[in-house]
Amino acid sequence: MTATDPPSATHRAVEAVWRIESARLIAGLARLVRDVGVAEELAQDALVIALEQWPETGVPVEPGPWLMATAKHRAIDLLRRQERYTAKLNLLGRDVEIRENAEPDLDALDDHIGDDLLRLIFTAAHPVLATEAKVALTLRLLGGLTTGEIARGFLIPEATAAQRIVRAKRALAAAGVQFEMPTPPEMAERLSSVLGIVYLIFNEGYSATGGGDWMRPELCQEALRLGRILAGLLPDEPEIHGLVALMEIQASRLHARTDIAGHPVLLLDQDRRRWDRLLIRRGLAALDRAETLGGGVYTLQAAIAACHAKANRPEDTDWSRIAALYEVLAFVQPSPVVLLNRAVAVGMAGDPARGLELVAALAGEKALKDYPQLPAVRGELLAQLGNHTEACAEFVRAAELTGNEGERTLFLKRANALRDESGHGAPQQG
Amino acid sequence: MRYMTLLRAVQPNTPPPPELMAAIMKLGEDATNAGVLLDTAGLAPSAVGAQVSVAAGSLTVTDGPFAEAKEVISYALYETRTKEEAIEWASRFMKLHLDLWPGWEGETEVRKVFGPEDFAPQS
Repeated sequence: MTATDPPSATHRAVEAVWRIESARLIAGLARLVRDVGVAEELAQDALVIALEQWPETGVPVEPGPWLMATAKHRAIDLLRRQERYTAKLNLLGRDVEIRENAEPDLDALDDHIGDDLLRLIFTAAHPVLATEAKVALTLRLLGGLTTGEIARGFLIPEATAAQRIVRAKRALAAAGVQFEMPTPPEMAERLSSVLGIVYLIFNEGYSATGGGDWMRPELCQEALRLGRILAGLLPDEPEIHGLVALMEIQASRLHARTDIAGHPVLLLDQDRRRWDRLLIRRGLAALDRAETLGGGVYTLQAAIAACHAKANRPEDTDWSRIAALYEVLAFVQPSPVVLLNRAVAVGMAGDPARGLELVAALAGEKALKDYPQLPAVRGELLAQLGNHTEACAEFVRAAELTGNEGERTLFLKRANALRDESGHGAPQQG
Repeated sequence: MRYMTLLRAVQPNTPPPPELMAAIMKLGEDATNAGVLLDTAGLAPSAVGAQVSVAAGSLTVTDGPFAEAKEVISYALYETRTKEEAIEWASRFMKLHLDLWPGWEGETEVRKVFGPEDFAPQS
């Protein structure tokens, strides 16, 4: 399908049904055939049949069950063929493991759909897969995205996206990965891996600011949808709600974080009237659930995001609470970026000297060696202490380090303003 | 993309069948768990509402009920990738009425909520 060949109304209706039903279809079929690759092919077969028949017969009254029934018939055919094949192999005296549940109860399929979806989610993010394979497979199997859409989302050629999915399915089959839930001892780590994949998808979309292909920001919506699905399937897991809260609140700023020309606008400079109140409300509700259940690193980050979301004006921001939350986060997850953000919060909470000490302690961090935010934060803290000359030099350094044109403009603007205030030298154009 | 669906019908004389209400609750749960339903609610009859209008250079407040035979009964807000996906959810909702409330008539409007994609800078 190309832009010059617009799909018919029926075609688009089939796609809509596919999008709503595909994950459930694949999950249900995987329970039957115990192989997500085969399950996906069966579901695709049903889709192809729908695309052939529906333009003639019209869209069925209940398109979801129609697709499921069609795919089930394909699955039965496949299982029967495999049975005959197995029987023949046995006649040849070969050692073949006989499949359990050779006569599955097809009508019971719908009763387990929640469990099957979870199995599908955990299989797509299985530890035998590389991160990029997990991402592609999750979007494909759970999001119903085409390889073309995945390719556009991640700015890779379509052939690369297709290859990642084929290889991922092969890797699962080669490792003999069963279509099963993680065991209780594995659960925490496996869930954390799933949440990591969802947040990675979200950030891929969130980092794509303004203009460009609509599919990039659309990844935020895909990640949100996956998060909400997970929250429905495992409602007692605090970190799922924490991640959903974090994504809902961050997504609430999507409209405000770039200006008309597509340049980034810093959080404190954003027009807060453009924040999406509905997403903030949903985010705060999810945060409430997460905190009631216990929370974790996503919940802490969501709580920090919520401090901004709750402030109607930047000067209303509860920086003491943000600094305290970063204190806890730095204890649980002492990554250089978290530690740097803690320094910012401590400075904003009224103690820039202490903030500078915290930044100084990060000087040796390899991960921050060429990180433009390090001098930018130091510059901000120095400015707060009234040392405009040194602050200006730090922002110039930050501008040199950044590869992002919009960010560079922001840093240079800040440097110039500080140069004016310090009274040294003539203002320069960024 | 965000779509708002608005159900319009004549205010019924009898409450909806309980089976319909149960099925609507189930559908709402499904759509919520699918991550696409952001918000939904039913609206009380216009008899307990009011209309604020601007006409002929003046502003008037009129208590309900409104003159129109059909009024908005409920709304839902979906986040979907395409219009067809929103139409599919609306169709499922209307199909429940068709199956479970004999003789009932009404319509659901599927309206796109303006989003950033409608104002994207030309690139």
